[in-house]
Amino acid sequence: MKRELICVACPLGCTVTVEYNDEEILSVTGNTCKRGEAYAKTEITNPTRSLTSSVKVNGGVLPVVPVKSSKPVPKSMLFDCMKVINSVTVDAPVKIGQVIIENILDTGADIIATNND
Amino acid sequence: MLNYDLVVVGGGPAGMAAALKAKECGVDSIIVLERAEALGGILEQCIHTGFGLHYFGEELSGPEYAAKFIEQVEKTDITVKTDTMVLDIDGNNLVTAVNKADGLLKIQAKAIVLAMGCRERPRGALEISGTRASGIMTAGTAQKYVNLDGYMPGKKVVILGSGDIGLIMARRMTLEGAEVKVVCELMPYSGGLTRNIVQCLDDFGIPLKLSTTVVETHGKDRLEGVTIAQVDEKLQPIESTKEYIECDTLMLSVGLIPENELTKNVGIGIDRITNGAVVDEMRQTDHKGIFACGNVLHVHDLVDYVTLEAQIAGKGAADYILGKCDNEPCYVNTTTGNGVRYLVPQKVNINNKEAVKLYFRVGRIYKNAKVILECDGKIISSKKKVKLAPGEMEDVVIPADVLAGMTPESSIVVRVEE
Repeated sequence: MKRELICVACPLGCTVTVEYNDEEILSVTGNTCKRGEAYAKTEITNPTRSLTSSVKVNGGVLPVVPVKSSKPVPKSMLFDCMKVINSVTVDAPVKIGQVIIENILDTGADIIATNND
Repeated sequence: MLNYDLVVVGGGPAGMAAALKAKECGVDSIIVLERAEALGGILEQCIHTGFGLHYFGEELSGPEYAAKFIEQVEKTDITVKTDTMVLDIDGNNLVTAVNKADGLLKIQAKAIVLAMGCRERPRGALEISGTRASGIMTAGTAQKYVNLDGYMPGKKVVILGSGDIGLIMARRMTLEGAEVKVVCELMPYSGGLTRNIVQCLDDFGIPLKLSTTVVETHGKDRLEGVTIAQVDEKLQPIESTKEYIECDTLMLSVGLIPENELTKNVGIGIDRITNGAVVDEMRQTDHKGIFACGNVLHVHDLVDYVTLEAQIAGKGAADYILGKCDNEPCYVNTTTGNGVRYLVPQKVNINNKEAVKLYFRVGRIYKNAKVILECDGKIISSKKKVKLAPGEMEDVVIPADVLAGMTPESSIVVRVEE
């Protein structure tokens, strides 16, 4: 089988062609870096996405602080992760890099703050 | 009156990088004037990731990217005044600004870097009939509501324009539980990055309708729906394709306009395509000692390129202040050839000893085309490109030895060949 993908690993957006069968990935072409190859492989086997959102803050300068997943989470679990993120409130002060939710839904990804508040 | 060697107008990514570079180059007194309450500019509300891959080699969110520069600025003796609005710059590099703490400020600068960024094209600039119902806003305004203020501006959303902010907001609203019904794009191609179409629309099954626009809004107090229609080659709506879509929010992502009121006040020449100043390779405008960089010069799609450009301007300003710049420049204009909409810089000093990178955008989508740099009728470089799109900035380098061989009568042309 053959699938043409647009790599989302970075803003360049290379068109990558993946050839695969039921057992394995046979070839990845069209990528211009290693990240593209890795992206194409996971996109066929287990697509993942970085997740960014915001979490409510008590007593901060702003009412919310932005967060991101420390690594991509399975695409199919994005909305489940959002439910968890939206149920959380943290107290100020929040520091950039602070872990807000550890190992969200056993994905192995932490939800971490991406700004100070 | 205050005296500073360098005044930087704007404390976003461009302003911070320019100030830091000037400091590194040995400029003593630098002040950054920022309209918002904190440094960082628009990055503060861009909480998605994808920033910094080129510059830092890691994928950061907007606030993280900004924080790296804010920390560096804080480590220097660069003066920062936030909540400060620059009102005017006169022909003698005298800057007038105002804030609550100081009142009216007069600052005499040796050099100025303009880094005011851009703003979104508003509804008023489009010809959409309808009432002034609430629920119609630019995508950037919606982004501020959701990401900084923490509230949702609507539940059923139509987005007009497929610029990157619109695409990013389509995903953001969807993740927060809203239903994004459609993204309409007037042109036959998207103005956003391909990756954003994939991960913001395709991932969530949000349709992108090309050659389609919003022709009417409905609702008195709150938006109740919009009428969309396909457009013909002349971009005129086709009556028979009209379709009503129920929605409570219409987001506009229909282009960014460099914010050049101050620039125009000084009388600096503006490029009518970029809507930014005409600059040389150091990003100096036609007014000596005034430099411009970032989105106020031309709208960028990646902040990484803003940083690099701001560093050029920061170095240029430093050279000017320290008396190191060429007082008798010999300029050759850069010329747009077939397929190229604009080029920055618009002119190059051929006394310059270093290679010069030209940034440009194409006018439409090209597949398997060549980007050709032609100097004095000779092809200097021909680079194959699988794809060229108006939404993605491209670059081409004029090698130093080519510049060295030029005369004031020389020509520099960049064109696309299919």
